[in-house]
Amino acid sequence: MLIKLSGGTVYDPVHGINGEQRDIYIQDGYITRKPAASVKIDKIYDLNGKIIMAGAIDIHTHIGGGKVNIARMMLPEDHRSDLVSKTKLTRSGCGHAAPSTFTAGYRYAEMGYTACFEPAMLPANARQAHMEMADTPMVDKGAYAMLGSDDFFLRMLAAKKDREAISDYVGWTINATQAMAIKVVNPGGINAFKFNQRRLNLDEQNEHYGVSPREIIKSLARAVRELGVPHPLHLHGCNLGVPGNMQTTLDTIHAVEGMPLHLTHVQFHSYGTEGDRKFSSGAAQIAEAVNSNPNISVDVGQVLFGQTVTASGDTMMQYSGHWHAHPQKWVIMDIECDAGCGIVPFKYRDKNFVNALQWAIGLELFLLIKDPWRVFLTTDHPNGAPFTSYPHLIRLLMDRSFRNDMLATINKSAAAASVLSSIDREYTLYEIAKMTRAGPARSLGLKDRGHLGGGAIADITVYNDLKDKEKMFEKPLYVFKNGEEIVKNGKIVKIVTGGTHTLRPDYDKSIEQSLKKYFDRYMTIKLVNFRIDDDEIVEHGNSNIIIQPCT
Amino acid sequence: MKTKTHQAVVLKDVPCPFCSLICDDLVIQNSDGKLTVKENGCAIVEAHFSQSPPDDTPALKGKSCSIDKAIEVAARILKQSSQPLLAGLGTDIRGMRSVMRLADNIGATIDHMHSDGAIRNTLVLQDLGWVMTTMSEIKNRADFIIFAGTDASNYPRFFERVIWNKDSLFSDVKKRKIVYIGDKLNTSAGKSLEGTLPTVLKCEQEEINEIISVLHTIIAGNKIHQPIIAGINLITLQKLANQMKEAKYGVIVWAPGELNFPHAELTIQSICELVKYLTRTTRFAGFTLAGGDGVMSANSLSAWQSGFPLRVNFSKGFPKQDVGRNSTKNLLKNKEVDALIWISSFSSNNNPPKANIPTIVLATPGTKLNFKPDVFIPVATPGIDHSGQLIRTDNVVSLTLKKLRDSKYKSVSDILNRMIDLI
Repeated sequence: MLIKLSGGTVYDPVHGINGEQRDIYIQDGYITRKPAASVKIDKIYDLNGKIIMAGAIDIHTHIGGGKVNIARMMLPEDHRSDLVSKTKLTRSGCGHAAPSTFTAGYRYAEMGYTACFEPAMLPANARQAHMEMADTPMVDKGAYAMLGSDDFFLRMLAAKKDREAISDYVGWTINATQAMAIKVVNPGGINAFKFNQRRLNLDEQNEHYGVSPREIIKSLARAVRELGVPHPLHLHGCNLGVPGNMQTTLDTIHAVEGMPLHLTHVQFHSYGTEGDRKFSSGAAQIAEAVNSNPNISVDVGQVLFGQTVTASGDTMMQYSGHWHAHPQKWVIMDIECDAGCGIVPFKYRDKNFVNALQWAIGLELFLLIKDPWRVFLTTDHPNGAPFTSYPHLIRLLMDRSFRNDMLATINKSAAAASVLSSIDREYTLYEIAKMTRAGPARSLGLKDRGHLGGGAIADITVYNDLKDKEKMFEKPLYVFKNGEEIVKNGKIVKIVTGGTHTLRPDYDKSIEQSLKKYFDRYMTIKLVNFRIDDDEIVEHGNSNIIIQPCT
Repeated sequence: MKTKTHQAVVLKDVPCPFCSLICDDLVIQNSDGKLTVKENGCAIVEAHFSQSPPDDTPALKGKSCSIDKAIEVAARILKQSSQPLLAGLGTDIRGMRSVMRLADNIGATIDHMHSDGAIRNTLVLQDLGWVMTTMSEIKNRADFIIFAGTDASNYPRFFERVIWNKDSLFSDVKKRKIVYIGDKLNTSAGKSLEGTLPTVLKCEQEEINEIISVLHTIIAGNKIHQPIIAGINLITLQKLANQMKEAKYGVIVWAPGELNFPHAELTIQSICELVKYLTRTTRFAGFTLAGGDGVMSANSLSAWQSGFPLRVNFSKGFPKQDVGRNSTKNLLKNKEVDALIWISSFSSNNNPPKANIPTIVLATPGTKLNFKPDVFIPVATPGIDHSGQLIRTDNVVSLTLKKLRDSKYKSVSDILNRMIDLI
């Protein structure tokens, strides 16, 4: 099957194509070079005047795993306002803050996304995370295994095990849990909370182990690099949400001593303590640090107003934030000497000073960080807002007058405390293509995704060229997944399962001897049963495995 | 028939599908299809593994038939039904995926045989939330464990595995304090390895709530003027309250299915309120013993696929949870359903409800039925006859079950998928 996408305006930053009219050819799921004139083209899409980009990639979205499922279970009132009926093609479900798996897959595809990465897969809960992702159709999935608060790792660090041993453990974890990268959440803090510590700064010690978040971050960042994991250590830093945490974030950037580091939902880590309310924007300082440290990438975790639910591995900070739960219900779980989770429903209000300033801080970060290759578009779904608000967020970035209109409606003190009104920058389509496609693909090491060159997987989104960018991005004209048309006019026309991205870093298998001993003595599952086999990912026909190379 | 002789095969690290602890250290010997538990068994395991499957065939109203015929008739019943009920739901993840697909397809209601218990927890989760923990955390951290209304005897290895475990990372297992609150509890397992007896507060199950509430009141620093509460001396409760405050990592264990009285969810709510209050100053967590027959898997999978935990109705084309109306008992009593599929692929001791509507039973071979259903199909058991996945009682860990023997029976999933193809 040879398909021609004819005459569209192409944005493909990997190849430096910035809004040029190009034809794109698709053969058997891949993008291919222009065939010889004698070759018969099976189908031609006339896309004159339409915008073409690679399929979008969400580098950080909580779509699968225990904590998301607890959020689903605990929010029937949220679901009732967004029930989704079955159709001839699609399954029923529900949407909004913690959507059902099917609905999440459909809505991502209908928004032009073709891959989504679950950033907080607890190794102890990895099997369930994969089962949920397998039931999330349409898009490719992948997950980052969470380390840094697990007792096995902290024991190694406290015992001053050599770095090879730690790399072996990290490598084993990625293999055993079918992960794509390593995430660390409040490094050592989830563990410290189990010993009743309520706060843990970058250089404060976990009382039991005597190790600090700084040591944990350095150790894991090094292991990730030495294993050749393409994506840098994915860090949810210390002190999430705490006024003044900007300094922690700046110190963290310096702590890695030039090693690659990804700071996730950095908006929640960019707060100062100025002003009457001792809460201010640290966006300028953070942006400056990102701009001057090319080893750093970020995703923003933009806050948008309305009801949502926060679901995080950070039990320590979720516990301290539970007083603000809306509605007043919340869950904290300690999990398997591995990590934990906290689920706190939350309503961001535009007339609330703190929430309004959070909104402004996120936008300031987007607009002050200069290199769109290193800042990715996220709301930390669902923590800052559900992913369905991405088109609105894109309009805020691309349309200055719209942004200023919105700014005029938020809490006046917050608006006055923000530099947002003085920022003229408007993102271009080329920059949007970098931050939602090319950048995430490069950061994750997905060489055949995020671009439209020959040999790439034909994950392609076609948009109508509309002035209202929210309308444009919420309803693509076409979405192609592996070369198949799956969405037309913003609606699903074909169901596909999507695959699971994994990584297979090499490690010294002898680490399994100490792991087996540890599991036999202290865990409640056998090491051999902990590991997730390839068969489990593929056996229900809901997914296939895509092994990405290490560097 | 010629008997084939095989050498006995010994399988290690076998997960057990018959209770929600899913112990995965079993050593099982397969001699010619006959399974024997060699190591790490318990009463439940022995009973199930030692059973050879009796020769059972599909049947229509008690009359043997081919599996194709049985599936065809079942599909016809479902097709003609305007409001079917899929109940029992004793199956694994894959079986439950098929249940959900079928329910969505035909607009059915889904309910599990143990959802009375699951629902009590759901109501608390949806109203209040909680602070919870998991098995390995208890094993390594707990220093103070309260059993509220359960003795965990339906989970025979609970004490061996996570209370009186040999090795623990942080807690001195020998010094663990055990407390029981409730009625008809066998407290013998609570005796420590050094012979220390547990504290037992004997009261009616309905009175646990009162005791928990008084403990909460004392811990919050308020005065109680009544000298005896639910038959327990106030001084005893004051002492217990102090011990709870001083605990480094306390756990309250309950089994929602064993709190079997009207509005038992309020007792669970009080437990969760107390745990949350204690978490202000120390670490405390809840833990539930969920019940077997895959109830955790059914509940979780229902939530991720539909957005709602169990007792979901799909008749309007979208999921709708109603924990009271959608119970098997109420739907049958109120004549709100006109066909029933009942599924039980683990224990052969579960019995489907007798209803005056067309009934399809998918059950473990040898299940004794006290009526002749319109369709009966014997099914394979996950973790014995085929591989599969189950979610453990803590709702975090899931395990992959093994196929231990060859079986002529089909899995629940295979049978339901064939019905779906015919509808």
